[in-house]
Amino acid sequence: MNGVADIARDGGVAWLGGASSVAPRWDLLFGAMVLLCGTVALGVCIAILAFSIRYRAGAGRGEPGPQRTRAIEIAWTATPLAIFIVLFVWAAHDFVELYRPPADALPVAVVAKQWMWKLQHRNGRREINELHVPLGQPVRLLMTSQDAIHSFFVPAFRLKQDVVPGRYTGLWFTATKLGEFRLFCAEYCGTDHSQMLGRIVVMPPAEYTRWLGSGNEQPSLAQYGFALFRSLGCSGCHEPASTVHAPSLDGILGRTVHLQDGRTIVADENYVRDSILVPRKDVVAGFAPVMPSFAGQVSEEDIEALIAYLRSTGATAAGAGAPR
Amino acid sequence: MSSVSDVIVRPPSAPAPAPSPSYLEDGHTLRSWLTTHDHKRIAILYAISITVFFFIGGLAATVIRLELATPAGDLVSHDTYNKLFTAHGVIMVWLFLIPSIPSVFGNFLIPLMIGAKDLAFPRLNLLSWYLYVAGGAIVLAALALGGVDTGWTFYAPYATMFSNSWVALTLVGVFVVGFSSILTGLNFIVTVHTLRAPGLGWFKLPLFVWAHYATAIILVLATPVLAITTLLVVAERLLQIGVFDPAHGGDPLLFQHLFWFYSHPAVYIMVLPAMGVVSEIVPCFARKRIFGYRFMAYAILGIASIGFLVWGHHMFVSGQSLAASLVFSLLSFLVAVPSAIKVFNWTATLYKGSIRFDAPMLYALGFVGLFTIGGLTGLFVASLALDVHLTDTYFVVAHFHYIMVGGSVMAYFGALHFWWPKATGRMYPELWGRIAAVLIFVGFNLTFFPQFLLGLRGMPRRYHAYPPEFHQLHMASSMGAVVLALGYLLPLVYFAYSLRATCRTSANPFGALGLEWQTRSPPPTHNFDRPPTVPEHVYDYATPTKAEPARTPAAQATSP
Repeated sequence: MNGVADIARDGGVAWLGGASSVAPRWDLLFGAMVLLCGTVALGVCIAILAFSIRYRAGAGRGEPGPQRTRAIEIAWTATPLAIFIVLFVWAAHDFVELYRPPADALPVAVVAKQWMWKLQHRNGRREINELHVPLGQPVRLLMTSQDAIHSFFVPAFRLKQDVVPGRYTGLWFTATKLGEFRLFCAEYCGTDHSQMLGRIVVMPPAEYTRWLGSGNEQPSLAQYGFALFRSLGCSGCHEPASTVHAPSLDGILGRTVHLQDGRTIVADENYVRDSILVPRKDVVAGFAPVMPSFAGQVSEEDIEALIAYLRSTGATAAGAGAPR
Repeated sequence: MSSVSDVIVRPPSAPAPAPSPSYLEDGHTLRSWLTTHDHKRIAILYAISITVFFFIGGLAATVIRLELATPAGDLVSHDTYNKLFTAHGVIMVWLFLIPSIPSVFGNFLIPLMIGAKDLAFPRLNLLSWYLYVAGGAIVLAALALGGVDTGWTFYAPYATMFSNSWVALTLVGVFVVGFSSILTGLNFIVTVHTLRAPGLGWFKLPLFVWAHYATAIILVLATPVLAITTLLVVAERLLQIGVFDPAHGGDPLLFQHLFWFYSHPAVYIMVLPAMGVVSEIVPCFARKRIFGYRFMAYAILGIASIGFLVWGHHMFVSGQSLAASLVFSLLSFLVAVPSAIKVFNWTATLYKGSIRFDAPMLYALGFVGLFTIGGLTGLFVASLALDVHLTDTYFVVAHFHYIMVGGSVMAYFGALHFWWPKATGRMYPELWGRIAAVLIFVGFNLTFFPQFLLGLRGMPRRYHAYPPEFHQLHMASSMGAVVLALGYLLPLVYFAYSLRATCRTSANPFGALGLEWQTRSPPPTHNFDRPPTVPEHVYDYATPTKAEPARTPAAQATSP
């Protein structure tokens, strides 16, 4: 069988072809669990087989077993429990890292729809079903969906994140291998789910910079967002000079915001998004809820651009308080 | 308790001469079956109807495996493929697995095992079956009209807003079947509480009864949440109210929380009764007491209760909060502890036994092996970091098939072979029983083990067409499915054959000790000719020579 031949040729891990900074840790944990669980499974099988042969009917070895079983029971309750807690902590430790994007991660806006991926780089360059990224540099995707739930899955990176309508989810990674890697939609999304494919192209940084600069000249995401900020009339109320009393949005991302109902939240992309579409949801303390909803007037791409603009204002740490 | 019915309810059709007819002979008309209140007859009705659904669901799986034998989606269209895996999931989960062991064997055996004449509410029991059939017919109608393409998980907003198929009708069917579950659960709970024979304390109950008691509690507590969820999906679909669809102000993750709050415990609805079956078969054929009876009973309760608190492990990459994911992962590891205890105890029961390898035992041992692999791979997907890569791939598909098919279906077949002589008074050809058990075990592993490797390599679920690098493993899986299909068809033939009069067997061909074996096979309508005697220990197989049966089927014809 060729599948088996592949394993033999590449060696187990190469067969999986890890290509991100999390892949080696994933492979290590997976390998450790295969070893551990394989041992347990083998032990159970050997015990069943050995007992089946030794104590088969007719062998005449049957006799009443031990009547006092409590100590054994406690031992094989406590041992798995201890092992499970170690495994939980190990896996949780690696998982928490996925929620901590580095501050300098390159932002990419992702909008999924039936059945394609639309991606936009910081300088405004757009891609469909392809994502070019530089080798060795962290990249952070800010993702939402226009329709059903999708899921951004790159097996070589050992990463996957659902892309949900009505909210942002994030995913960050650092590619560690040059080449092209498959991108799948992993959440069933209708007729052409299995055609919602793409690829990640990992390039040397210099080449990536060249690639990013090529193509049609267009405004950066933040510049486009600023234009929207003006044309939609956001600036009419939210600029310090305005006559309408509205909170300043300078450096809003990552800032702690006190709300009218007493809650305190750290403003992230989802907060900004909700404030544009459902302004009455999180009203800032001391302000009247006068802002109209922009639902239906702005596309998902527009909101991502507005967020990129807001992120460029003030001195905020990119990624602070960000969704995964 | 049932003293009134003891006196008054005599079957008016039976004109009293000494050996009352067996439940099978107590009325031969179709009407006598369709209006029966006898738990044993209702169990037979269930057995026939779930067998029909098992093979319809299996047919869908067959087309799926045929399609996946090649990378291109060339056998059926995308939409047809999507409808096939949805039909496979919906039918197998709600119309086969959930009712399988409880509604057939729980129904047949619980009253016998506790020395009762029937379940506490015989009419309600019949209503459960009619609801099941009605719900199943609605689902089949939705299939016939064009099918549904959402996957059995019905994720919103796809199912509520984007799918252009028979979502609402299918969900109405699921809703109705759910009430069948609730009523069956209620019946079991009341029966176990109130109808135990005098002297049959809780810790003298067979583990089969414990498992069904715990299952019944899950059925009663979790199924209403499924009913609520299906109604909300139907309401959003038909009335555009914003519950799950963010475009109307809803929250798609709310759907997942509600759905898995039912559907994760539903896994335990499928697997706890299977554990109960195996706990009856293993001691009988090892001629040993079950190891650690009390721990086994506590483990059942532990699984049933912690099982309610782990649903969020289906949602680690859904966008739920980090804190939620951490808690759900920890609890998922905890629920694995009682499962581990059970595997160790079944294995230890074999120690110093006197083991026979009749067909039921082969299925039971197959269950232990496959459930162990299913459980251990469950640890992989409970591990937060690992699940990020593995979820929604074939690794998960393989994992839950090891639990549901390798576990529950294996145990269902074990139960069929173990209690077939009890229910029919006939014995199937033992050799064919063993051949089928081996075929199913081997075919199952050939089908599903490659899927672990597929998932590890990144093959996503629910793909009609797939990239070429996955071809060999898919091909291997499809070829294994051929063996598995043969294994499933074989028992149909020899069970049918065994109904011939020449296959009559004794009342207790396996020398089993449960109360259900103290009466005739097949049992009389009211189960016991004289009250059963409650033994000191339910699995008192301690003396290996005791009740050693001479196992020559058909040779030991006794009076029917």
